[in-house]
Amino acid sequence: MEAYAYARPTTLDEAVSLLAAHAKEGRRTQLLAGGTDVLVQMRSVDREPRTLVDVKHIADTNRLDISSDPVFIGSAIPSAILNENEELKSLFPGLIEAADLIGSTQIQGRATIGGNLCNSSPAGDTIPAIIAASGVCVIAGSGGTRRVACEDFLTGVGTNVLEADELLVGLEFPRPQGRTADGYLRFIPRTEMDIAVAGAGVALTLDDDGTCTAARVAIGAVAPTALLVPAAADALIGTKVDDEALSAAGAACTAASSPITDKRGTIEYRNKVVAVLCRRAGANARDRALAR
Amino acid sequence: MSKVHVVTSVNGEPREMLCEPQQSLLEVLRDELGMTGTKEGCATGDCGACSVMIDGRLVCSCLMLGVEAQGVDITTIEGIAEGSTLHPVQRKFLEHAALQCGICTPGFIVATKALLDRNPDPDETTIRYWLAGNLCRCTGYDKIIRAVQDAAAELAHEA
Repeated sequence: MEAYAYARPTTLDEAVSLLAAHAKEGRRTQLLAGGTDVLVQMRSVDREPRTLVDVKHIADTNRLDISSDPVFIGSAIPSAILNENEELKSLFPGLIEAADLIGSTQIQGRATIGGNLCNSSPAGDTIPAIIAASGVCVIAGSGGTRRVACEDFLTGVGTNVLEADELLVGLEFPRPQGRTADGYLRFIPRTEMDIAVAGAGVALTLDDDGTCTAARVAIGAVAPTALLVPAAADALIGTKVDDEALSAAGAACTAASSPITDKRGTIEYRNKVVAVLCRRAGANARDRALAR
Repeated sequence: MSKVHVVTSVNGEPREMLCEPQQSLLEVLRDELGMTGTKEGCATGDCGACSVMIDGRLVCSCLMLGVEAQGVDITTIEGIAEGSTLHPVQRKFLEHAALQCGICTPGFIVATKALLDRNPDPDETTIRYWLAGNLCRCTGYDKIIRAVQDAAAELAHEA
């Protein structure tokens, strides 16, 4: 059996060449950002030795560009750095509340939202928030750079579109214009340190009289992947995002869900709670947009 | 298995170590450097017993590889006291009996130091959320919170 190895490329070219060379030789690689999922998996569900490719020493994956359009968040930036950034919090309150829900102070010192996305758990908290905020994955590979909308990045439980010679460089977000804001909520049985039973992210744009002109609604932990729910957005667009519209959006989320029953919740419970979370996250996004 | 040569700094002292690629920083600290103050609880990032600071930022040393420590500054529990003089956080944990079995204590002390370094006057809610990643099965937490508050007050008085 092959032994573990560790590589720390310092450029994207070097990282991609290394990934491609391993792929060609049939040797397994593992991208390593914060490592808060990878190290646990290495000791439990997936002990097969592989080459760990540390992506944290590349300028592009450490780039944080908040004043630009699109906003860019490098895949190696720990969530603690994002959570401490007041400008980012004011631009994307929902995305940052999702990042701030994941793990303890210690975990946030290492964990990244790019890693959360690449781990591709159905319950990853930042994923619905990234989808709602129209996040686009910037992917580097042997063929150059490609961009994939976050909702198209995920292919199943723990799987995504990344090829063996590719890595996530970071996420691009269209800079919120005018009265645009987002919100994210999840439900867990305690107040801290748990995995979502269900989650919902909502991003809204309102016009001057408070009518919704654009919306994105995404849900998590209620299907094999986080999902964009266009029907929920349609229920909000053209309304004042009142209780009736939010209820319709919530019902659309329930309709789009296909949850499982596990120790955290039953199918019936998740179907119900995802609608509640959509309504509340939508109301938060609305109130934030109205305040802009 | 080829080991990786890592140059790092532990509590201000330059250190060199040979790490297997998959070894956690916790394993390297304890087994290679013989620094056993940092404890292993869960080894999955849930309990915080292995907390250390990396470049001033609190992390679980069980969720970081030894090889990732190349070029960083590591602060462990052994670096909190000044010689034989306990840091006020350590002293207040003793005075308030904020420990019983003591396995979680190094992690709590390092986490508290990291908190007070960046926020010298945290309210109780802030303290409780900051320490949510440190688990203690003995104290019920209340004595720990009082010790942290008292340490913050003493440090503010000193400053």
